[in-house]
Amino acid sequence: MSVLAEADLRLDANAVDYVLLGLYFVLVLGIGYLARRQVSTSLDFFLSGRSLPAWVTGLAFIAANLGAIEVMGMSANGAQYGMPTAHYFWIGAIPAMLFLGIVMMPFYYGSKVRSVPEFMLRRFSQPAHLVNAISFATAQILIAGINLYLLASVVNLLLGWPIWVSVIVAAAIVLAYTALGGLSAAIFNEVLQFFVIVAALLPLTIVGLYKVGGWQGLVDKVSAGPGGAEQLDSWPGNQLTGFGNDLLSVLGLVFGLGFVLSFGYWTTNFVEVQRAMAARSMSAARRTPIIGAFPKMLIPLIVIIPGMIAGVSVAELAGENKAALLAGGEAPSGATFNNALLLLMRDLLPNGMLGIAIAGLLASFMAGMAANLSSFNTVFTYDIWQDYLVRDRPDGYYLGVGRVVTAGATVLAIGTAFIAASYTNLMDYLQQLFSFFNAPLFATFILGMFWRRMTPTAGWLGLVSGITSAVVVFGLTQSGVIDLPGQGSAFVGAGAAFVVDVVVSVAVSYATTPKPEAELVGLVYSLTPKADRRHTTTGADAGWYRNPGLLAGIVLVVTIALNLVF
Amino acid sequence: MFDIRLIVALLMGVYGLVLTVLGIAFTPDEQIARSANVNINLWAGIGMLAVAAAFIAWARLRPLKVPPPPDDGPPQ
Repeated sequence: MSVLAEADLRLDANAVDYVLLGLYFVLVLGIGYLARRQVSTSLDFFLSGRSLPAWVTGLAFIAANLGAIEVMGMSANGAQYGMPTAHYFWIGAIPAMLFLGIVMMPFYYGSKVRSVPEFMLRRFSQPAHLVNAISFATAQILIAGINLYLLASVVNLLLGWPIWVSVIVAAAIVLAYTALGGLSAAIFNEVLQFFVIVAALLPLTIVGLYKVGGWQGLVDKVSAGPGGAEQLDSWPGNQLTGFGNDLLSVLGLVFGLGFVLSFGYWTTNFVEVQRAMAARSMSAARRTPIIGAFPKMLIPLIVIIPGMIAGVSVAELAGENKAALLAGGEAPSGATFNNALLLLMRDLLPNGMLGIAIAGLLASFMAGMAANLSSFNTVFTYDIWQDYLVRDRPDGYYLGVGRVVTAGATVLAIGTAFIAASYTNLMDYLQQLFSFFNAPLFATFILGMFWRRMTPTAGWLGLVSGITSAVVVFGLTQSGVIDLPGQGSAFVGAGAAFVVDVVVSVAVSYATTPKPEAELVGLVYSLTPKADRRHTTTGADAGWYRNPGLLAGIVLVVTIALNLVF
Repeated sequence: MFDIRLIVALLMGVYGLVLTVLGIAFTPDEQIARSANVNINLWAGIGMLAVAAAFIAWARLRPLKVPPPPDDGPPQ
């Protein structure tokens, strides 16, 4: 592996590439500086003063998720599994994003809470709030560290900088703009990042398709290669799930990935929901995930297809190498599927395009980390510091705390980046574990929003037992008691956590006293007047093309069409 | 209030211009041969210039309005 890394992944970047890369970083810092001038209250810093238009928050919504794991991981999955990887987008994201916009956003935005944990506090009580706030904050620091480490290792591969130099430089840049401009700087940069990422990956996909003889050429080559023609159809995706049976595989995808894992992630993860809370009106907040869904439908085409192309055309990954990797061994070349995108860039792109492709990769890694930091500082400042540690200070105090916390979080993330560098497997485990946490959260939220009888005690007990069962299933799969290769174990773990959470919440609710109904107005469906759930349809929210329901319908139709085509 | 559309246009415009010039005059033949005989610098450059133009047009046609004061009182 190290042999390959040293010699073959180094890209021949020249002066032009560096200038293009440099221009991008100048604009990133410039946005931080410009956004600084709009920050005068803590709400400006943490939620952009709830002032942004829907297309900005919508692009930020998906760019925040378009980090290292998404771009590198999904192209690696594309090389390994082929088209079934698209389920992570079409089944695993789109329905949940539409659900967030149509069903849940009226409560998040309408109740004026400033974070997802704060919703827990208002709907349930302090224990549920603390469980959610602390687990979220811890997860963000760890994931920020992982993003930082991945960024540094790519800079190391591409440009030859030592890991520790790239870790500190990247952390300093992200810190500079998030501490200056707060969420606005993070969001505006996410919009810019989105365009750079597309500008990097779309030409790569086009050249790659020419290289393999068009779509038909890719089909022929993948069918003839290891993995076979199964990799060209997204259903039933047995290679991806690890289930031998077609029906089980489809069920696993729909319920495990589609329902439990992705609904948990997209609807309760504050990193995502925060972007919608920054929108300027209820209508814009509801449209945020729906507008994000339009590009999200098409991203697999520029992430997975390059991965598939790399799997058949890059010498280090094609043929016997792919066969060895699919069989669970090591490729004779030393490459792994994670190298797919980098190797393809090395093979195909001329100087000029190469600089933009590097900028796109670094942009995507920084987007991930900035999103972690900007959601961490909000939860830490509002939900931990202001609610439990130092209360009732003037607003300016909390704005200052937010800036200091951002700096502190960056230092911690540098620490976790170095832990990630030494214990790669540990970080993989932790990250998988945190992905399980979202499933019980979703169960608690959806019960809490639609069942007024659910009690504060049920809120935290359900959450804790759901998380515990996720950890237990995780332990069983890791120790080999339950044996599911592929992604199947994550689906089962999340499903178990969801069911346990619901059962415990319902049982405990019948044994304890609910909150008085007056305290639940705006938080529970049946107690919220219809007018409060509605959005305005005048001024900047007028027009059929700004109707969340209609937009969601269009997304749904296109997604179904994509599933039928592939 | 600054307009993010103009910043996107600036980045895409400069990228597009540099790539187009590279594609017309400075991309060596062996690099073009490597990228499947597609002059991707030129085509991607033209594409980015088009994106930049579209953003400038959008910002011109629908300029930012100063947002009205929020109707739900000052933030807590």
